[in-house]
Amino acid sequence: MAQAAIELIGINKSFGAVRANRDINLEVARGTIHGIVGENGAGKSTLMSILYGFYQADSGEIRVGGKPVSIHTSNDAIALGIGMVHQHFMLVDNFTVLENVILGAENDALLKSSIAKARSELERLEREYGLEVDPDAVIEELPVGLQQRVEILKALYRGAEILILDEPTGVLTPAEADHLFRILKQLKDQGKTIVLITHKLREIMAITDTVSVMRQGTMVATRTTKETTVGELAELMVGRRVLLRVEKGQSEAGAIKLSVKNLTVKDSRGVTMVDNVSFDVRGGEIVGIAGVAGNGQSELLEAISGIRHAVSGEVTLDGKPIDLTGKADPGELRDRGLAHVPEDRHHVGLVLAFEENENSILGYHDDERYLKGPFLDIDAIMADAKDKIEKYDIRPGNPRLKTANFSGGNQQKIVLAREMEQDPGVLIVGQPTRGVDVGAIEFIHKRLIAMRDQGKAVLVVSVELDEIRSLSDRILVMFAGRVVGERGPEATEGELGLLMAGVEHQEAAE
Amino acid sequence: MDIFIAIVQILDSTIRLSVPLLLACLAGLYSERAGVFDIGLEGKMLVGAFAGASAAAVFHSALIGLGMAILMSIAFAMVHGFASITHRGNQIVSGVAINFIAAGSTIMLGQAWFQQGGRTPALQPGERFEAIIWPGADAVRDVPIIGPIYAELISGHSILVYIAFLMVPFTWWVLYRTRFGLRMRAVGENPAAVDTAGISVAWLRYRALICTGILTGIAGAYLSMVQNGGFVKDMTAGKGYIALAALIFAKWKPVNAMFACLLFGFLDAASIRLQGSPLPLIGKVPAQFMQALPYVLTVILLAGFIGKAIPPRAGGVPYVKER
Repeated sequence: MAQAAIELIGINKSFGAVRANRDINLEVARGTIHGIVGENGAGKSTLMSILYGFYQADSGEIRVGGKPVSIHTSNDAIALGIGMVHQHFMLVDNFTVLENVILGAENDALLKSSIAKARSELERLEREYGLEVDPDAVIEELPVGLQQRVEILKALYRGAEILILDEPTGVLTPAEADHLFRILKQLKDQGKTIVLITHKLREIMAITDTVSVMRQGTMVATRTTKETTVGELAELMVGRRVLLRVEKGQSEAGAIKLSVKNLTVKDSRGVTMVDNVSFDVRGGEIVGIAGVAGNGQSELLEAISGIRHAVSGEVTLDGKPIDLTGKADPGELRDRGLAHVPEDRHHVGLVLAFEENENSILGYHDDERYLKGPFLDIDAIMADAKDKIEKYDIRPGNPRLKTANFSGGNQQKIVLAREMEQDPGVLIVGQPTRGVDVGAIEFIHKRLIAMRDQGKAVLVVSVELDEIRSLSDRILVMFAGRVVGERGPEATEGELGLLMAGVEHQEAAE
Repeated sequence: MDIFIAIVQILDSTIRLSVPLLLACLAGLYSERAGVFDIGLEGKMLVGAFAGASAAAVFHSALIGLGMAILMSIAFAMVHGFASITHRGNQIVSGVAINFIAAGSTIMLGQAWFQQGGRTPALQPGERFEAIIWPGADAVRDVPIIGPIYAELISGHSILVYIAFLMVPFTWWVLYRTRFGLRMRAVGENPAAVDTAGISVAWLRYRALICTGILTGIAGAYLSMVQNGGFVKDMTAGKGYIALAALIFAKWKPVNAMFACLLFGFLDAASIRLQGSPLPLIGKVPAQFMQALPYVLTVILLAGFIGKAIPPRAGGVPYVKER
């Protein structure tokens, strides 16, 4: 075995009563890509933050290149050649790429020489690793994929030999993720050591050499990637066998519940995002909308749920038309039996500073069930919240807890419980399992299928192709604002991928 | 020619009235760019004015006065820092508290030390900053156009006036050309980025607040040792708040700040000049209206004429490492 780049021996870390890391041992060989998988809250990020000097371990030893070291601040980590690409980028949005790269690594008190040095250094890195990015571009004007590249450049500029990436693909489109993987492989070929934290098993299989699995703060196993399977890793992660494809019966499609005709939507800049889209969703079926992020799916969802006004087009709900071009409001649609689980639960779906029980009735707070005269009926709300917690296995099961303190998967369950328990005729769901761990994904998928089996119409938008394929009875593919194809659930990934990339669409146009 | 002279005179007083605004505005720029809202500019200026006038009167030296003004103002800035950076308190509450302490303590100490109803003794020559007459100013005074401009506008101000205006390019240079400026701008936008880059967020913010203290100290010294011959209670009269408005108006940029402060200074100067004198078409305007004009205009300008002013993103938020 090659020499170890990093060794962690007996690492312990507690936050109050929560033991985030217990007796962690980890060895990462030099010049390899090492994956760390685990559900949300398994302690992966904490472990890496300890390695990067953001937190101090309560006990344990860290060795870098065989030598015991003590890492008290990020500065110590940087000096040891450890670089980190955080899940939420640590960039100053209104700075240029150059300014971000030199921040904290300036030569001297004046900027002139640092800027000149960074400029030539970035050119070198671009040549060596194919990390192209305009050094004078302002961060907030760059797409997320490029912003991430700046984070990688920042680490390399500081001489990182060991690069830690925390959930790097969570914000990327599939194409951007592929590009990232190519870069990582190139870095590996140049002798860099890479630690990849993720909960997406497919990525682990695709790119890593070895993989360690964490569960509830402990390191449960380390495997050579070639010798393991997705099934085994998933089982290790959740501690039991999980269904990666949810079993479901044949759909029994009934009457048309939701019908969209010639819908056109523009975004705030006036760019047409949804272009003359028509489709129907019947009761008892799940229609999935696949597509690379940014091809109009978000705007489509927002228009149908009444958040964004459409330019033209018509939507009928249960046979009755709704004018979406100016007067529709989400409350009216909700009253008429359309429930909406928004894509971005943090900004649209939840008020994170509220307690769980308050979020569990948000938007339905003027429902008679929750009112006692003009006042909220706290007892009824609490009972209702407890009921939902039980039914949807929301953890921790405390309705008085601040919503921000729930994990991503449980927050999503709060939103789903709220919308599904209203017994809507039509349910539209954006990114049902974004940032949600494996165990919760299975649960959410089962719930959506149960809705279908009750005869509800379900419309799902997701950028996760696997999810669309395993859930949908019919798949619509969106590209550049149009529906460019409809396929059954048996469609192959390759076939859908071509549609998503707009290939067939362009050929047809020619 | 009379109108020309009148205009030069208005512009001259515009400069004089802009100086405390400009210094306070730049002071606020340092702290807010670093992510610390500072509503306590008013209080720090007042403390500076009091400390400056007292020390100058007691030690018979303008320089010692200025030094004390700066020191005391920094001390109050550090109190703000201790509350809002170290202890992550609410920055607005801390700033308001500083304003109250400043207003109360200056009067109380002034009365206790000098027994003149909260005033400090009138400053004698040598205890104040005198006007600097530029070479040849008197000689060219009678040359048409250029003469009055040179003699009145450019020459004949105290050293603090020149310092104030030199602070504009200096601040620009610090912000955009130095390591400190880069880090300070970064910490006001995304302190987590600064922290992960291995730089102390707290120390950086404290240093920005020291800059704020220095500038509010000079602003206070200007009020009590140049504009006035001593300290009078509440002599800042809301200038700290106008400076904050100018800062927003200037979108937190130093050169814009200078123009914003000159505009407010001009409105002030014009209102003093036009008080009681009839205007063409309108006739005599009540003095109160003219006095209110700068404030009315501030509201109108801020309400719609400057476009979107985006404050530093991390402004007002104490930095806590995320769990």
